[in-house]
Amino acid sequence: MSTIVLLLITGLGLGALYFLVASGLSLIYGLMGILNFAHGSFLTLGAFAGWELARRMGGDSWVTLFASMAAGAAVGAIVAAATEFLLIRRLYNRHIEQVLVTVGLALASVALFDGIWGTDPIYVTGPAWFAETTEILGARVPNDRFVLIAVAVLVLIAMVLFLRLTRYGLIIRAGVENRAMVTALGIDVRKAFTLVFAIGGAAAGLGGVLASHYFGYVSPQLGGSLLIFAFIVTVIGGLGSLTGAAVASVVVAVLQQFANYYLGGTGDLVVVLLLAVVLLVRPSGLVGRLA
Amino acid sequence: MSETILSVRGLSARIAGQQVVEDVSFDVPDRGVTALLGRNGVGKTSTVKAILGLIERQGTVEFGGERIDKEPTFTIVQRGVGYVPEDREVFSGLTVAENLRLAERGGAVHRERVAALFPDLEARASQLAGTLSGGQQQMVSLARALLNENRLLLVDEPTKGLAPLIVADVAAALAAAAKLAPILLVEQNLQVVRQLASTVVVLEGGRVIHTGSAQALLDDSDLVTSLLGVHGAKSEADS
Ligand SMILES: Nc1ncnc2c1ncn2[C@@H]1O[C@H](COP(=O)(O)OP(=O)(O)OP(=O)(O)O)[C@@H](O)[C@H]1O
Ligand SMILES: [Mg+2]
Repeated sequence: MSTIVLLLITGLGLGALYFLVASGLSLIYGLMGILNFAHGSFLTLGAFAGWELARRMGGDSWVTLFASMAAGAAVGAIVAAATEFLLIRRLYNRHIEQVLVTVGLALASVALFDGIWGTDPIYVTGPAWFAETTEILGARVPNDRFVLIAVAVLVLIAMVLFLRLTRYGLIIRAGVENRAMVTALGIDVRKAFTLVFAIGGAAAGLGGVLASHYFGYVSPQLGGSLLIFAFIVTVIGGLGSLTGAAVASVVVAVLQQFANYYLGGTGDLVVVLLLAVVLLVRPSGLVGRLA
Repeated sequence: MSETILSVRGLSARIAGQQVVEDVSFDVPDRGVTALLGRNGVGKTSTVKAILGLIERQGTVEFGGERIDKEPTFTIVQRGVGYVPEDREVFSGLTVAENLRLAERGGAVHRERVAALFPDLEARASQLAGTLSGGQQQMVSLARALLNENRLLLVDEPTKGLAPLIVADVAAALAAAAKLAPILLVEQNLQVVRQLASTVVVLEGGRVIHTGSAQALLDDSDLVTSLLGVHGAKSEADS
């Protein structure tokens, strides 16, 4: 029982990280039709930004943690918005080129991070409470998992409210369905493109800081390794669907944890099999587009 | 003769490498309804989309005396163009109220006008537009265009696939709209054309083959047959 609880909560924590990456990927694809391979770089950069700030603030306090989360989100948002504005936008409606630019950016940024911070992992510590565990039904669960889950849930709620209640949310939802008709109503949909990149970048940057605490280190490879699973999550959840991304994040991460434990470390294989099954049975994803 | 609100000169457009609009020229007067006619697939929808910049185009398009043929779609629309696309294109995942709210461009918004024309929509404000009937979706699509203060409406086959009673509703709504702004109307139903239009432009193979008075065309059933490949609408209109 305690093993199951531990695997479940750890899976939820990992799922929270997947969601923070996949939510942006899914929104960007849904609105703009671009698979953003540079999304992992936003995460890595957010993680380094958070670490740089934490290092300067000193003290492994909660204040430092929240400040580094804010810094990671801010840097992720700014860099993502700049990427859209300076690179993606110039290739308007040229999807192959847009995707190639994001691939190039992903490769170049890893090299850049290597140059700045070195290739070795940099170890990260959070508040003392993070290193402790909480007992739930006999399982000793590392505390950072709870923060991960709570943040991801808050981000999901914030995104849903934003999409439901604001004018830009309305524009994004409509644009996911029919971008040309949005422009035919007199709306400059390009502003929504930049905004979606900024929101996705903020979530990824925030995810980067949290990932550094989950794994215990930052490295230039951090984003790339999470990005692969985030892509799988995005496809399984249905490209363009936020709730789909949330559900698929949890399913994929929990499945991965259980398979790794009970089926001799086959977590990644099981996830790929799940992807294949979903693509065969429901090519539009679990939830389908929208919502 | 009234002034010209939209002047199209030598307009050409391609879709997927195929020439769908070829050297099209015509004027839309600044009052009344101008019908854009032609058999299926002659390029009516493409012409409207080219005017709006929804497909790539060459040639000159002047709206209210100003060039708009190099502008992106959203600024053309902001100049005061309302667009009712073929097949309605309502946002099916948005509610009726959200569809209308999205269409509000700022400036004067005429919610009461739309509520008076389409009372049904108010009752269905929170229904998802995708679950509306075809006729109700057409009302949403028309309402989106009529909410704003426009100087021109581009309306593409608003009666397509609708039952006769709904066609009459749509025609009545268009007649009301035509009092507020000139309309370029693509329409297959010649009875509706006869009821609304004063001028006609007929396309064939992406080119203009006839322009003139609507009545003169519709009264000449041989001409209707040769230009549109259908029998004249005179008897229908009289019934
Ligand atoms: N997306 C597209 N891809 C390829 N060809 C297209 C596309 N859209 C339109 N066409 C072609 O362009 C030509 C003109 O089409 P258009 O829709 O403008 O005609 P239309 O006069 O509006 O026809 P209808 O009366 O059936 O609505 C047609 O031959 C059509 O096959
Ligand atoms: Mg058409």
